[in-house]
Amino acid sequence: MAINGSTLATLKRGQRGVIRAINSADPQVQRLMVLGLVEGTEVEHASSAIGGDPMEFRLFGCGISLRLEHARHFKVAPVGAGD
Amino acid sequence: MTSSAEIRVPADEITVAKRIDASIAVVGNPNSGKSTLFNRLTGLKQRIGNYPGVTVEKHIGLLKTDDKVVELVDLPGTHSLSAHSLEEQIAVDVIFGRMAGTKTPDGVLAVLDATNLYQGLFLVQQLVELELPTVVALTMNDAAEKSGIQVDTAELSALLGVPVYPVVATTGAGLDMLRHALAGIIELTPPRRVRIWPQLTAAAERLAQDSRAPLRFAELERLLIDGPTASNQLIVGKLSDVARSQIEAVRAELFEDEPPIARDARIRYTWVREVLGKVQKSAPVYVTWRSKVTDFLNRPVPGTIGLFFVMAIVFQAVFAWATPVMDAIDAASSSLSGVVFERLGDTAFSSLIADGIIAGVGSVVVFLPQILILFLFIILLEDSGYLARAAYLMDRLMRSVGLSGQSIIPMISSFACAVPGIMATRVIPNRRDRIATIMAAPFMTCSARLPVYALLIAAFVPATKVGFLNLQGLVLMGLYLFGIVMGILTALIMRKTALRGPKPPFALMLPEFRRPNLQTVAIQLLGRAKVFLKRAGTVIFAVAVVVWSLAYFPRADDLPADLDPNTASALQMEQSWLGRAGKVVEPVFEPLGWDWRVSSAVIASFPAREVVIAVLGTVYAVGDDADEGTLSGRLKSATRPDGSKVFTLPMVIGLLIFYACCLQCAATLAIIRRETNSWRWPIFAWTYMTTIGYIGALLAFQLGSA
Repeated sequence: MAINGSTLATLKRGQRGVIRAINSADPQVQRLMVLGLVEGTEVEHASSAIGGDPMEFRLFGCGISLRLEHARHFKVAPVGAGD
Repeated sequence: MTSSAEIRVPADEITVAKRIDASIAVVGNPNSGKSTLFNRLTGLKQRIGNYPGVTVEKHIGLLKTDDKVVELVDLPGTHSLSAHSLEEQIAVDVIFGRMAGTKTPDGVLAVLDATNLYQGLFLVQQLVELELPTVVALTMNDAAEKSGIQVDTAELSALLGVPVYPVVATTGAGLDMLRHALAGIIELTPPRRVRIWPQLTAAAERLAQDSRAPLRFAELERLLIDGPTASNQLIVGKLSDVARSQIEAVRAELFEDEPPIARDARIRYTWVREVLGKVQKSAPVYVTWRSKVTDFLNRPVPGTIGLFFVMAIVFQAVFAWATPVMDAIDAASSSLSGVVFERLGDTAFSSLIADGIIAGVGSVVVFLPQILILFLFIILLEDSGYLARAAYLMDRLMRSVGLSGQSIIPMISSFACAVPGIMATRVIPNRRDRIATIMAAPFMTCSARLPVYALLIAAFVPATKVGFLNLQGLVLMGLYLFGIVMGILTALIMRKTALRGPKPPFALMLPEFRRPNLQTVAIQLLGRAKVFLKRAGTVIFAVAVVVWSLAYFPRADDLPADLDPNTASALQMEQSWLGRAGKVVEPVFEPLGWDWRVSSAVIASFPAREVVIAVLGTVYAVGDDADEGTLSGRLKSATRPDGSKVFTLPMVIGLLIFYACCLQCAATLAIIRRETNSWRWPIFAWTYMTTIGYIGALLAFQLGSA
């Protein structure tokens, strides 16, 4: 599956994706990596707040909320179609 | 005469209390059940203090077995040994023995949440590298099993090289084994060196030999990853210039262009995923009633409605439950004052006790029920995991005013009382955001402002209809909105000026909802209540006595004996220091339409806003022996020497605006002092809010009277 253009920010609600590449220059993105958002990890877009920002992702059962501006730094390969 | 034999203390008690076999750092992720476990292990044998120079609480407890006593230090939750916040920095500094006043730990109790092994193992792996005797407590096993997660503890223990004890803190299962392991921790062999990142380990080993640096292997590893951060300066300072340049060279070679923290995360989480594949037996099923509730509240609209519903319940409880207790406190303090006068007669001393101390302290203790109920709800919301969800839902909104989602609960709580609101700002990791929230919170209309608003609006705002609304209600709503707008503007301005800085990282963990542990809730509630009584209580006590003496002295001795008591106390007030002060500052407040009586009442309300009512009641009581019921009547008929009315509508609107803004609340000032650890912020907040109130009242009076 092509990963061009797919980021955490473009995952639909309920859709899963495997993180493939991260632009890690931003210290805020590094912080998210410390929380477990690294290449090879599968995540699910669990929810969004009103207006679609911030977004909540689940990985290995834990939930992390990200702002849209940071979610864009994580390229993903989507798994399945979501709902 | 007492003989020396009679005052001796049994020697064995002293030695038991003084001899501590080991000091153990309790380390874990936030929300890993760490504090609940700590409370279970130490019970009430714990001390709460502060780390030097910061407002982070230090929890130390003793764990006793038949023959051993060990000290447990409950560190702030952290995700990594690369600190990102003040709290994480404190955890790291204690672990490395760099915290003044805290012993270097002899061992580590790593708390690992079975429902979140992924992030937990990332931290535990770093703890193992410290090469200190380490014991892992695997918590939340019951919740994990319900979610279909089975953890192979034997395998986990083998992979980590340290003993792993499964426990259920709520039922106490497994705690005895863990206690014994902790008591004998110094006899444990430190874990062997794991080489999950061989290049880093080799580089640290090389450095340890080459530079002959007096540093531990683990410290060198962290130094290589984190570089010369503020915390590392201490150890960098111990290195020779050669060693320092060596470290820079090794870092450049190790990481090239990749940020070290990113590399660290990539390598360790890859290892964590491998370990998870081996120890986490069955595929996790995430459908529990909790995850169903979470799922529902995850939808944007039900989630937001749910938040308002939760806050509505909190407010309902704060006002409905607190009112009977508050009335009782009011009644008790006035009958106590009555008893004092009855027993001691009308002397300066009895007046100090009754009007100064009892009335002054009573006027603040009366808010204690509300404050405690609010504390209780905030703690419950925190412990159940709901607070994080509220922050998540409201982040966008709060961001538009320069704050982040974590500011929402402190701000909403401040509508009941700013004290718990300001204490709830502890959940905000970024210092600038936290102080901006603390500066904005006192603008929210708290319950001490309500009696002032109610009195003035009922007396002076006509109850005319505006459309289908009542003008009095509209004015009250306007004051609430005014407070919100002022608070938001304050936060925005602060964040753009004095608190300018980079946007804080927003990475909020959203734990599943869980039932709060009662013991943990009780310990936290007691802790906060103690802080309030100690910090606010002392300040309030001092201020109450000062204000009383200003109103009581000097005495008016030449009053005719047949004067009615109300007139006598009003005349006494006029020539007291307080009345004189009111007259001195009268020119300052003249442009607001205040006479010396209003000015004195405002000065006297420094300890608590609602005191202004009592003082107005006294100063305007001349020639009138009626009780408080006619206070509004007295205010309505109050005139200046030239016969003009004091309380005109523009003046009253100005006075309302003044009370909407001013920070006449000793408790809030004392809590701001405590939470910011300096007098700078409370003094700034008071000056700023009083100035705005003055300008607002000035504009209202001058424009309204023109």
